[in-house]
Amino acid sequence: MAIELFRIDDRLIHGQVVVGWGQPLDLTFIVLVDDEVASSEWEQELYRMGVPPEMDVHFHTVDEAAGKLDGYQRDERRGALLTGDIETMARLIELTGAIRRVNLGGIHHRTGRTQRLRYVFLAPDEEQALRVLAARGVDVSAQDVPAARPLALNEVLSGEGNR
Amino acid sequence: MSEAEEAAEVRALVAGHGDFAAGIVSAVGQITGRAEAFLTLSNRDMSAADVERAMRDQVEGRVEVIFTDLPAGSCTMAARRLQRERPNVVIVTGTNLATLLDFVFHTDVPAAEAARHAADKGRAALVVTGGSTGGH
Repeated sequence: MAIELFRIDDRLIHGQVVVGWGQPLDLTFIVLVDDEVASSEWEQELYRMGVPPEMDVHFHTVDEAAGKLDGYQRDERRGALLTGDIETMARLIELTGAIRRVNLGGIHHRTGRTQRLRYVFLAPDEEQALRVLAARGVDVSAQDVPAARPLALNEVLSGEGNR
Repeated sequence: MSEAEEAAEVRALVAGHGDFAAGIVSAVGQITGRAEAFLTLSNRDMSAADVERAMRDQVEGRVEVIFTDLPAGSCTMAARRLQRERPNVVIVTGTNLATLLDFVFHTDVPAAEAARHAADKGRAALVVTGGSTGGH
Protein backbone atom coordinates (compact mmCIF):
# COMPACT_ATOMS: atom_id res chain seq x y z
CA MET A 1 0.00 0.00 0.00
CA ALA A 2 1.32 3.46 0.89
CA ILE A 3 2.57 5.72 -1.88
CA GLU A 4 2.62 3.73 -5.11
CA LEU A 5 3.73 6.51 -7.42
CA PHE A 6 6.20 9.37 -7.04
CA ARG A 7 5.62 11.46 -10.14
CA ILE A 8 7.09 14.63 -11.61
CA ASP A 9 4.45 16.29 -13.74
CA ASP A 10 4.16 20.02 -14.43
CA ARG A 11 0.38 19.68 -14.76
CA LEU A 12 0.21 18.25 -11.21
CA ILE A 13 -3.36 16.93 -10.83
CA HIS A 14 -4.95 16.20 -14.20
CA GLY A 15 -6.68 13.46 -16.18
CA GLN A 16 -3.68 11.15 -16.59
CA VAL A 17 -3.05 11.14 -12.85
CA VAL A 18 -6.60 10.99 -11.52
CA VAL A 19 -7.99 8.56 -14.10
CA GLY A 20 -5.06 7.09 -16.06
CA TRP A 21 -3.09 6.07 -12.97
CA GLY A 22 -5.79 6.48 -10.35
CA GLN A 23 -8.08 3.76 -11.66
CA PRO A 24 -5.59 0.90 -12.23
CA LEU A 25 -3.61 1.64 -9.07
CA ASP A 26 -6.79 2.20 -7.06
CA LEU A 27 -5.40 5.47 -5.71
CA THR A 28 -7.44 7.01 -2.94
CA PHE A 29 -5.17 9.89 -1.97
CA ILE A 30 -2.81 12.34 -3.61
CA VAL A 31 -0.01 14.22 -1.90
CA LEU A 32 0.72 17.36 -3.88
CA VAL A 33 4.09 18.86 -2.94
CA ASP A 34 4.52 22.39 -4.16
CA ASP A 35 5.55 25.42 -2.11
CA GLU A 36 3.43 27.82 -4.17
CA VAL A 37 0.26 25.72 -4.16
CA ALA A 38 0.70 25.02 -0.44
CA SER A 39 0.53 28.76 0.22
CA SER A 40 -2.57 29.45 -1.89
CA GLU A 41 -6.07 28.48 -0.82
CA TRP A 42 -7.34 29.31 -4.28
CA GLU A 43 -4.87 26.96 -6.01
CA GLN A 44 -5.73 24.20 -3.56
CA GLU A 45 -9.44 24.61 -4.22
CA LEU A 46 -8.77 24.49 -7.95
CA TYR A 47 -7.02 21.14 -7.67
CA ARG A 48 -9.55 19.77 -5.17
CA MET A 49 -12.35 20.43 -7.64
CA GLY A 50 -10.56 18.21 -10.15
CA VAL A 51 -10.64 15.02 -8.15
CA PRO A 52 -13.56 12.72 -7.34
CA PRO A 53 -15.02 13.13 -3.85
CA GLU A 54 -13.71 9.76 -2.67
CA MET A 55 -10.11 10.82 -3.34
CA ASP A 56 -8.27 12.86 -0.69
CA VAL A 57 -5.75 15.52 -1.64
CA HIS A 58 -3.08 16.75 0.77
CA PHE A 59 -1.09 19.90 0.01
CA HIS A 60 2.36 20.42 1.46
CA THR A 61 5.49 22.47 1.11
CA VAL A 62 8.62 20.40 0.55
CA ASP A 63 9.62 20.76 4.20
CA GLU A 64 6.19 19.70 5.44
CA ALA A 65 6.09 16.75 3.06
CA ALA A 66 9.49 15.57 4.26
CA GLY A 67 8.13 15.42 7.81
CA LYS A 68 4.96 13.60 6.83
CA LEU A 69 6.26 11.17 4.22
CA ASP A 70 6.83 8.34 6.65
CA GLY A 71 3.21 8.58 7.81
CA TYR A 72 1.95 8.47 4.24
CA GLN A 73 4.15 5.46 3.55
CA ARG A 74 2.47 3.63 6.41
CA ASP A 75 -1.02 4.54 5.19
CA GLU A 76 -3.15 1.47 4.47
CA ARG A 77 -4.54 3.12 1.34
CA ARG A 78 -2.77 3.62 -1.98
CA GLY A 79 -1.60 7.08 -2.90
CA ALA A 80 0.48 9.12 -5.33
CA LEU A 81 2.90 11.93 -4.57
CA LEU A 82 3.25 14.67 -7.17
CA THR A 83 5.72 17.45 -7.74
CA GLY A 84 5.63 19.92 -10.59
CA ASP A 85 9.36 19.92 -11.27
CA ILE A 86 12.55 17.95 -10.82
CA GLU A 87 14.02 20.37 -8.29
CA THR A 88 11.14 19.88 -5.86
CA MET A 89 11.35 16.08 -6.07
CA ALA A 90 15.14 16.22 -5.69
CA ARG A 91 14.80 18.39 -2.56
CA LEU A 92 12.28 15.96 -1.08
CA ILE A 93 14.59 13.02 -1.78
CA GLU A 94 17.50 14.92 -0.28
CA LEU A 95 15.52 15.63 2.89
CA THR A 96 14.06 12.15 3.34
CA GLY A 97 16.33 9.67 1.57
CA ALA A 98 13.23 7.51 1.44
CA ILE A 99 12.15 7.60 -2.18
CA ARG A 100 13.42 4.74 -4.30
CA ARG A 101 11.56 5.25 -7.58
CA VAL A 102 10.60 8.38 -9.51
CA ASN A 103 8.30 8.60 -12.50
CA LEU A 104 8.79 11.32 -15.12
CA GLY A 105 5.22 11.92 -16.22
CA GLY A 106 5.19 15.29 -17.92
CA ILE A 107 7.92 17.92 -18.21
CA HIS A 108 6.94 20.03 -21.15
CA HIS A 109 8.57 22.48 -23.48
CA ARG A 110 10.13 25.61 -22.06
CA THR A 111 12.95 27.85 -23.29
CA GLY A 112 16.30 26.17 -22.66
CA ARG A 113 14.90 22.66 -22.62
CA THR A 114 15.60 19.97 -25.22
CA GLN A 115 13.00 17.41 -26.22
CA ARG A 116 13.84 13.91 -24.99
CA LEU A 117 10.42 12.30 -25.32
CA ARG A 118 7.05 13.44 -26.57
CA TYR A 119 6.24 14.51 -23.01
CA VAL A 120 9.70 15.09 -21.54
CA PHE A 121 11.81 18.17 -22.26
CA LEU A 122 14.91 18.78 -20.14
CA ALA A 123 17.37 21.60 -19.54
CA PRO A 124 21.03 20.64 -18.95
CA ASP A 125 20.79 21.32 -15.20
CA GLU A 126 17.65 19.17 -14.99
CA GLU A 127 19.41 16.30 -16.77
CA GLN A 128 22.25 16.61 -14.31
CA ALA A 129 19.84 16.59 -11.37
CA LEU A 130 18.27 13.36 -12.68
CA ARG A 131 21.71 11.78 -13.12
CA VAL A 132 22.51 12.66 -9.51
CA LEU A 133 19.30 10.99 -8.35
CA ALA A 134 20.11 7.87 -10.36
CA ALA A 135 23.66 7.81 -8.99
CA ARG A 136 22.31 7.73 -5.46
CA GLY A 137 20.20 4.69 -6.28
CA VAL A 138 16.85 6.21 -7.24
CA ASP A 139 15.18 4.34 -10.10
CA VAL A 140 14.23 7.15 -12.51
CA SER A 141 12.04 6.25 -15.46
CA ALA A 142 9.62 7.97 -17.82
CA GLN A 143 6.09 6.69 -18.31
CA ASP A 144 3.13 8.95 -19.04
CA VAL A 145 0.41 6.30 -18.58
CA PRO A 146 0.44 2.79 -17.08
CA ALA A 147 -0.09 1.13 -20.47
CA ALA A 148 3.11 2.66 -21.86
CA ARG A 149 6.48 0.95 -21.50
CA PRO A 150 8.56 2.61 -18.79
CA LEU A 151 11.73 4.10 -20.23
CA ALA A 152 14.87 4.05 -18.11
CA LEU A 153 16.70 7.33 -17.59
CA ASN A 154 19.52 6.37 -19.97
CA GLU A 155 16.95 5.71 -22.71
CA VAL A 156 15.37 9.09 -22.04
CA LEU A 157 18.63 11.03 -22.08
CA SER A 158 20.06 9.23 -25.09
CA GLY A 159 16.94 9.90 -27.13
CA GLU A 160 16.45 6.15 -27.67
CA GLY A 161 12.97 6.46 -26.20
CA ASN A 162 11.94 8.62 -29.12
CA ARG A 163 12.77 5.98 -31.72
CA MET B 1 -29.24 38.12 -39.10
CA SER B 2 -30.27 35.15 -41.21
CA GLU B 3 -30.43 31.63 -39.82
CA ALA B 4 -27.38 30.65 -41.84
CA GLU B 5 -25.38 33.59 -40.51
CA GLU B 6 -26.43 32.79 -36.96
CA ALA B 7 -25.28 29.22 -37.39
CA ALA B 8 -21.84 30.37 -38.50
CA GLU B 9 -21.30 32.54 -35.42
CA VAL B 10 -18.62 31.25 -33.05
CA ARG B 11 -20.22 30.89 -29.63
CA ALA B 12 -18.02 28.59 -27.55
CA LEU B 13 -14.73 26.79 -27.16
CA VAL B 14 -14.57 23.00 -26.82
CA ALA B 15 -11.38 21.79 -25.13
CA GLY B 16 -10.16 18.40 -24.02
CA HIS B 17 -7.82 15.46 -24.27
CA GLY B 18 -6.51 14.03 -27.55
CA ASP B 19 -8.96 14.53 -30.40
CA PHE B 20 -11.95 14.94 -28.10
CA ALA B 21 -12.76 18.49 -29.20
CA ALA B 22 -12.18 17.95 -32.92
CA GLY B 23 -14.08 14.66 -32.80
CA ILE B 24 -17.16 15.81 -30.94
CA VAL B 25 -17.37 19.03 -32.96
CA SER B 26 -17.09 16.95 -36.13
CA ALA B 27 -20.09 14.94 -34.89
CA VAL B 28 -22.03 18.15 -34.24
CA GLY B 29 -21.22 19.23 -37.81
CA GLN B 30 -22.38 15.93 -39.27
CA ILE B 31 -25.68 16.08 -37.40
CA THR B 32 -26.51 19.78 -37.58
CA GLY B 33 -24.16 21.49 -40.02
CA ARG B 34 -23.28 23.92 -37.23
CA ALA B 35 -19.73 22.92 -36.33
CA GLU B 36 -18.68 26.52 -36.91
CA ALA B 37 -20.26 27.43 -33.60
CA PHE B 38 -17.18 26.03 -31.88
CA LEU B 39 -13.51 26.70 -31.59
CA THR B 40 -11.52 23.62 -30.56
CA LEU B 41 -8.46 23.00 -28.42
CA SER B 42 -6.48 19.85 -27.58
CA ASN B 43 -4.15 19.68 -24.57
CA ARG B 44 -2.04 16.96 -26.20
CA ASP B 45 1.60 17.17 -25.07
CA MET B 46 1.14 20.61 -23.55
CA SER B 47 2.13 21.91 -20.14
CA ALA B 48 -0.51 23.49 -17.94
CA ALA B 49 0.92 26.91 -18.77
CA ASP B 50 0.77 26.18 -22.51
CA VAL B 51 -2.85 25.02 -22.28
CA GLU B 52 -3.78 28.18 -20.40
CA ARG B 53 -1.98 30.38 -22.94
CA ALA B 54 -3.59 28.64 -25.90
CA MET B 55 -7.01 28.84 -24.30
CA ARG B 56 -6.58 32.52 -23.51
CA ASP B 57 -5.59 33.17 -27.14
CA GLN B 58 -8.65 31.33 -28.41
CA VAL B 59 -11.18 32.77 -26.01
CA GLU B 60 -10.07 36.38 -25.63
CA GLY B 61 -12.82 38.67 -26.81
CA ARG B 62 -14.53 35.93 -28.80
CA VAL B 63 -16.45 33.54 -26.55
CA GLU B 64 -17.61 33.32 -22.96
CA VAL B 65 -18.52 29.64 -22.88
CA ILE B 66 -16.00 26.81 -22.54
CA PHE B 67 -16.97 23.16 -22.81
CA THR B 68 -14.44 20.65 -21.43
CA ASP B 69 -14.33 16.87 -21.19
CA LEU B 70 -13.10 16.00 -17.71
CA PRO B 71 -13.27 17.81 -14.35
CA ALA B 72 -9.68 16.86 -13.53
CA GLY B 73 -8.34 17.68 -16.98
CA SER B 74 -5.78 20.39 -17.61
CA CYS B 75 -8.23 22.13 -19.96
CA THR B 76 -10.73 22.45 -17.12
CA MET B 77 -7.98 23.72 -14.83
CA ALA B 78 -6.95 26.29 -17.42
CA ALA B 79 -10.56 27.34 -17.93
CA ARG B 80 -11.00 27.87 -14.20
CA ARG B 81 -7.89 30.02 -14.07
CA LEU B 82 -9.30 32.10 -16.90
CA GLN B 83 -12.65 32.27 -15.15
CA ARG B 84 -10.96 33.70 -12.08
CA GLU B 85 -10.04 36.78 -14.11
CA ARG B 86 -13.28 36.83 -16.07
CA PRO B 87 -16.18 35.71 -13.85
CA ASN B 88 -18.58 36.00 -16.77
CA VAL B 89 -16.97 32.93 -18.38
CA VAL B 90 -19.16 29.84 -18.11
CA ILE B 91 -17.54 26.40 -17.95
CA VAL B 92 -19.38 23.17 -18.66
CA THR B 93 -17.33 20.08 -17.88
CA GLY B 94 -18.25 16.47 -18.61
CA THR B 95 -19.45 17.58 -22.02
CA ASN B 96 -21.17 15.04 -24.25
CA LEU B 97 -22.65 15.20 -27.72
CA ALA B 98 -26.19 15.86 -26.47
CA THR B 99 -24.87 18.92 -24.63
CA LEU B 100 -23.36 20.47 -27.74
CA LEU B 101 -26.34 19.59 -29.94
CA ASP B 102 -28.67 21.44 -27.59
CA PHE B 103 -26.29 24.39 -27.37
CA VAL B 104 -26.04 25.01 -31.13
CA PHE B 105 -29.80 25.26 -31.51
CA HIS B 106 -30.26 27.88 -28.78
CA THR B 107 -28.99 30.91 -30.61
CA ASP B 108 -31.95 33.02 -29.48
CA VAL B 109 -30.56 33.38 -25.94
CA PRO B 110 -27.16 34.53 -24.65
CA ALA B 111 -24.48 31.84 -24.94
CA ALA B 112 -24.12 31.55 -21.17
CA GLU B 113 -27.82 30.80 -20.79
CA ALA B 114 -27.71 28.34 -23.68
CA ALA B 115 -24.78 26.57 -22.00
CA ARG B 116 -26.69 26.07 -18.75
CA HIS B 117 -29.67 24.67 -20.67
CA ALA B 118 -27.37 22.43 -22.69
CA ALA B 119 -25.74 21.04 -19.56
CA ASP B 120 -29.16 19.93 -18.29
CA LYS B 121 -29.82 18.22 -21.63
CA GLY B 122 -26.46 16.50 -21.60
CA ARG B 123 -26.99 15.22 -18.08
CA ALA B 124 -30.40 13.83 -18.98
CA ALA B 125 -29.06 12.16 -22.12
CA LEU B 126 -26.91 9.70 -20.21
CA VAL B 127 -29.07 6.57 -20.15
CA VAL B 128 -28.28 2.91 -19.56
CA THR B 129 -30.43 0.18 -21.11
CA GLY B 130 -30.28 -3.60 -21.04
CA GLY B 131 -28.24 -5.98 -18.96
CA SER B 132 -29.03 -7.41 -15.57
CA THR B 133 -30.94 -5.23 -13.11
CA GLY B 134 -30.14 -7.42 -10.14
CA GLY B 135 -27.19 -5.39 -8.87
CA HIS B 136 -23.51 -6.13 -9.44
